[in-house]
Amino acid sequence: ASTLVLSDPLTADGAAPPATQSAVTAAAQLGGDAIELLVVGDTPPSQVPVGVAKVYHASTASNAVSETIAATLQSVVENKGSYDYVVGTSSKFGSTVIPRAAALLGVSPVTDIIQVIESDTYVRPMYAGNALAKVQAKDAQKVLSFRPTSFDKAPLEDAGAIESVDATVFDKAQWHSENVSKSDRPDLGSANVVISGGRGMKSGDNFPILEALADKLGGAVGASRAAVDAGFVPNDLQVGQTGKVVAPDLYIAVGISGAIQHLSGMKDSKTIVAINKDPEAPIFQVADYGLVADLFEAVPEMTEKV
Amino acid sequence: MRILVGVKRVVDYAVKVRVQNNTVDLSNVKMSLNPFCEIAVEEAVRLKEKKAADEVVAVSVGPKQCTETLRTALAMGCDRAIHIQTDRRTDYVDLQPFAVAHLFQKVVEQEEADLVLLGKQGIDSDCGQTGPMLAGLLGWPQVTFAAKMDLEGDGMMVERETDAGTETIKIPSLPAVVTCDLRLNEPRYATLPNIMKAKKKKVDTIAADDLGVDLEPHNPVLDIFEPPPRKEGITVESVDDLLDKLRNEAKVLK
Repeated sequence: ASTLVLSDPLTADGAAPPATQSAVTAAAQLGGDAIELLVVGDTPPSQVPVGVAKVYHASTASNAVSETIAATLQSVVENKGSYDYVVGTSSKFGSTVIPRAAALLGVSPVTDIIQVIESDTYVRPMYAGNALAKVQAKDAQKVLSFRPTSFDKAPLEDAGAIESVDATVFDKAQWHSENVSKSDRPDLGSANVVISGGRGMKSGDNFPILEALADKLGGAVGASRAAVDAGFVPNDLQVGQTGKVVAPDLYIAVGISGAIQHLSGMKDSKTIVAINKDPEAPIFQVADYGLVADLFEAVPEMTEKV
Repeated sequence: MRILVGVKRVVDYAVKVRVQNNTVDLSNVKMSLNPFCEIAVEEAVRLKEKKAADEVVAVSVGPKQCTETLRTALAMGCDRAIHIQTDRRTDYVDLQPFAVAHLFQKVVEQEEADLVLLGKQGIDSDCGQTGPMLAGLLGWPQVTFAAKMDLEGDGMMVERETDAGTETIKIPSLPAVVTCDLRLNEPRYATLPNIMKAKKKKVDTIAADDLGVDLEPHNPVLDIFEPPPRKEGITVESVDDLLDKLRNEAKVLK
């Protein structure tokens, strides 16, 4: 009775990514006998989270489609061991692969888990995090995904022996191209500091004032859905119920009113700062420190003094 | 080409739900068409308008009142609707995506659909499971989080949101399941004449219990509770004051 963790795509250095480090921590709380890791992609991992007893690598093209990854996961689950738990992350990658794999395995999955209560009982948010559900997984085999920000990252160590397994290629969908925004800043989902802008930024041209502060603090830049909808910044910066969920040590919300949908993506941050000129903005209700000020003055001043 | 589009009736996005007696209180709460399903309906109707689709069929699972939600989809331009009726709560408590995906599978097979368009998630359960599970059950290709769709030959090119940006997936030939994300389109408002016309469109009702699908949740919800409140914050007077607090009280800055 062991646990198989499906890795998210490896980092540029070939290591298991932060979301998967968190999934391994969560997997350890399930209490299975051993944790095994499956990597599907063009290279085997150089580093894996501590706690992983065995690593499988299924070799595919560099951008395997989700159907291939799900089918490969199914085949490893059915052929390699008797897995009580099949685990992934609730990143966009995990949210695409895990439910499909669950359907192939005939299991009803529990996704986006934020807490493990017992080996079969978990907590997951609903209604943009305004309600938390305690859920018991009754299928014999459990297919689960964990919210990365809710679990500590297991440290990495060099990967030992890696067993090659066959990929199951699905050819009715083909990867064609990608458009990835390159940034030297840390990844939004795992940064320790996040500075997000909202409609109050007025224009995408004003985001560099947030970037300057982010660079000084070693942080990432995010945005509210309002800022994304207004076309200020691309969608992959969106923090919220339908964007990325972040929980950094420090979250600075700039010119963000604080719609429910946004709060659900950041309210688990350790310290929240809100800068907004409207003292009635709902964001102040979740902020640890609120500053009622003109952001175009306050943010540059912060950047200068920090 | 026949498109099946999923239409979920959910608590309106502007409502902050109340947790009461270990559940989410749904009495007297405004219900609406799930915003992501609205985007799916819009995309399907546009394909019809471009003559790429012959027929758009809206499908909803839920109580009697779902017919109102289906009428909204019909007023936006769907041709007819199928209501899979059940009195179970559809927000995960009594009916879960695993069962919904199996119900949709039956309808997709009966209707011989070529394309299924769904929202990327319901804003009640926040699961986002139905699309990829349905595709898995059917053995069809899937594209989740679609941001742009272009039909091409017998298939299509779909740009989708990823964790790092976007990627484009080629589906050489249909059928396929696509789940729709925010940027795909901006849904239209139904006009009064179209709302009137929608009243005459056909809505077939099927009892969910008659479809031979196990509706019982495999993952029973034992309890629903409110998240712990954050401790009350304070207002600071100046940037200096803020930086002092961040350094010496919260200790998140050096």
